[in-house]
Amino acid sequence: MRLRLEARPAPSRAMRYLSPLVATALTVVAGFIVFSGLGREPLAAFHAFFVRPVSSLNGLAELVLKASPLMLIATGLAIGYRANVWNIGAEGQLILGAIFGGGLALAFPGAESRWFLVLMVLAGAAGGLLWAAIPALLRNRFNTNEILVSLMLVYVATLLLSYLVHGPWRDPQGFNFPQSRMFADAALYPILVEPTRLNAGFLVALGAVACGWLFIERSFLGYQMRVAGLAEAAARYAGFSAGRTVWIGMLAGGAAAGIAGVGEVAGPIGQLTSSISPGYGFAAIIVAFVGRLNPVGIVFASLLMSLLYLGGESAQMELRLPSAITGLFQGMLLFFLLGSDVLVHYRVRLLPRAPAPREEAAA
Amino acid sequence: MGAESPAPRLALRGIRKAYPAVVANDGIDLAVLPGEIHAVLGENGAGKSTLMKIIYGVARPDAGEIRWEGRRIEVPSPQAARALGIGMVFQHFSLFETLTVAENVALALPGERDLAALARRIEEVSARYGLPLDPRRLVHSLSVGERQRVEIVRCLLLEPRLLIMDEPTSVLTPQAVRRLFETLRQLAAEGCSILYISHKLDEIQALCHAATVLRAGRVTGTCDPRRETASSMARMMIGKDLPVCEHAETRAGGEARLVLDGLCLPAQDPFGTELQDIRLRVHAGEIVGVAGISGNGQQELLRALSGEVTLGRAEAVKLAGVAAGRLHPGRRRRMGLGFVPEERLGRGAVPTMTLSENTLLTAHRAAGMVRGGLVQRARLRAFALEAIGRFAVMCGGPEAEARSLSGGNLQKFIVGRELLQTPRVLVVSQPTWGLDVGASAFIRQALIDLRNAGAAILVISEELDELFEICDRIAVMAKGRLSPAARTRDTSVEEIGVWMSGLWPGAAPDAGEAARAPAP
Repeated sequence: MRLRLEARPAPSRAMRYLSPLVATALTVVAGFIVFSGLGREPLAAFHAFFVRPVSSLNGLAELVLKASPLMLIATGLAIGYRANVWNIGAEGQLILGAIFGGGLALAFPGAESRWFLVLMVLAGAAGGLLWAAIPALLRNRFNTNEILVSLMLVYVATLLLSYLVHGPWRDPQGFNFPQSRMFADAALYPILVEPTRLNAGFLVALGAVACGWLFIERSFLGYQMRVAGLAEAAARYAGFSAGRTVWIGMLAGGAAAGIAGVGEVAGPIGQLTSSISPGYGFAAIIVAFVGRLNPVGIVFASLLMSLLYLGGESAQMELRLPSAITGLFQGMLLFFLLGSDVLVHYRVRLLPRAPAPREEAAA
Repeated sequence: MGAESPAPRLALRGIRKAYPAVVANDGIDLAVLPGEIHAVLGENGAGKSTLMKIIYGVARPDAGEIRWEGRRIEVPSPQAARALGIGMVFQHFSLFETLTVAENVALALPGERDLAALARRIEEVSARYGLPLDPRRLVHSLSVGERQRVEIVRCLLLEPRLLIMDEPTSVLTPQAVRRLFETLRQLAAEGCSILYISHKLDEIQALCHAATVLRAGRVTGTCDPRRETASSMARMMIGKDLPVCEHAETRAGGEARLVLDGLCLPAQDPFGTELQDIRLRVHAGEIVGVAGISGNGQQELLRALSGEVTLGRAEAVKLAGVAAGRLHPGRRRRMGLGFVPEERLGRGAVPTMTLSENTLLTAHRAAGMVRGGLVQRARLRAFALEAIGRFAVMCGGPEAEARSLSGGNLQKFIVGRELLQTPRVLVVSQPTWGLDVGASAFIRQALIDLRNAGAAILVISEELDELFEICDRIAVMAKGRLSPAARTRDTSVEEIGVWMSGLWPGAAPDAGEAARAPAP
């Protein structure tokens, strides 16, 4: 027997939206198998991974706190992905946003105005924009591949941040730890729910998601981006500029990631350190696709991805599993999602190995 | 004809093939005698191609039997078909541009190592059947007609007893069609059977001994085309008489709305065509046609007209008196240019968007569709409803996806969308390509009505019949040059056919004896 994938004439719309749920369910089932294989009691492990992290006020606050940068970045990326502009370097743009916003906080340690935070957010957005502009410019000018360029710039950004916190921006009173001074209070997001760490960065993220929705679904520019993604020839026929599509697609992701970077250093961290993101920029790619590149879906997907982060931490502490468990679950979720999507668009046909004689079939 | 062998060379009985969305063949019977030229006649979508794929082993039937010289057979693959003696010349050629004729032929003949010997055989066969061909030439330098000869010679080297020709004349000039017919008649006289697939009634009457007519996957009749009239065969093919467009004489003396003045454009890719010194005027209230075989610069001309490619010299394209050669598509639209492209799905419309959303593609300047940067969805819907109603588009309403429409209905929608914007200049490429007779007549009439309302219309088409039906003047494109436009009533298919080879009065001497091949 051999397998063949046949395109379905009309893929089910309902299944397209259900496939993230199917993927989530399959991830949970596969998780059970992984826990059992590791010799943990599956139900207890499931409880420790998915329930305990969110069974307290603090846990729920952490869930939203970690979901905020994910939904923010994923919305920005979705604008580009809808137009087939593949920004894979949000992690680097996040770091540049943190450097720009954090650099401003370090430059004015005595700032007291509440508008200072707004300036930091704008600086962070500018940092992300700048980093995303490099692959956009290179693609429009020299037809380079923005996937490779944006990805490689992540490593440049990581090393730049590392240089700054080991060198010029290192806290003189920090016992040589690779970290900056703590930011002033005016340079920190106000806490929304005491005594948790949930801060106003969440509201910024929600606002960005709303703007993203309006842009993608209702604006003429967003329509042009969608046309570019769905049918490039139609966009050219209509006279929509391909270069502008690349610019907007890259810069939307860059600005969102930059703002998310400020959200980390001006939020839970409160200073610049050599690692400010547990891979939010990459996880947001998964969030964007699980959320079907739709801002509303992205909100739910970001909560799911945040739960995987919390569950991974909980599993490390309570089940003594390695930290790789978080990446494992993220990977499984993306794998099952892509698999489900294939089956939504194609059906599997079993074919006999060699075309057999079919004399009898014709009667 | 071979009266001594009564068994048909090929006989099909009750062939059925169903695809997920459509039954392409349903109970097809067909018999081809030795030495017979047998037409398979039908509109696009009637099931002709599926039937040929089944005979040639590309597709397998769900039911029915195939008999070859009286013996029941299976055709599991094209190799098996060739081993039986079935050859096929496809509508779209499969040749490598960068290889020579002999090399291309060798690739199709397993075990053929000696290129010099093969070249001699190619020359023999091409001389015998009047298909002049130089085996040493590179394919990219060949005209379309010459490429077709390569495909035919490739089949003939296998000494086929049944040759399938799929719409072979759509890429040929009228003169080349006559040469092809002579070759086919000679082949038939030697005993080779020929299955001739076409929707052109006059060709079938001139060439074929028998015809099987298909409509919507079923056989609707068999006949001897030499004893039928065009209208009796048309009734078998479409179930009614051929519709005729109403076409009044043009009122002369409108202003020149579209002026091409020495338009030059270098080739955009290695196998593209360079446009050289194109001159043309299209006046208000007239339809000007551009005839010619695809690949002679039509695509390049369309891009230069729409603004997808901008020109160095702004005066090369003038829209209503304004130099527009450097303007982008949006700016040209604002000046009243409408545009109906050749590819409907993916270019003229976004397949997965609804008809409503597809109105926004080009009509966004009209009817207040965008306000404050935001899309006014009620306006889109109203515009789509109007296009659907006025242009008789059969669809599931304005929220139907563009890809759910048939080719004819989508074309009606796209033409409707452009016409509702009341363009002052309309450029249309292959307006009825692949459409059924009813939809074609509707669109031709819509173009004529727009002309009568005072618009200037440029139609680029491969279908000479269509151009002669609707155009006031006809020019010919060959090798990136454009002939002068002749008044339709003062010229003839014959004359236009000669021009299609690049030989019009005053043509540059290097225009060559044969029209250029299309870009891949």
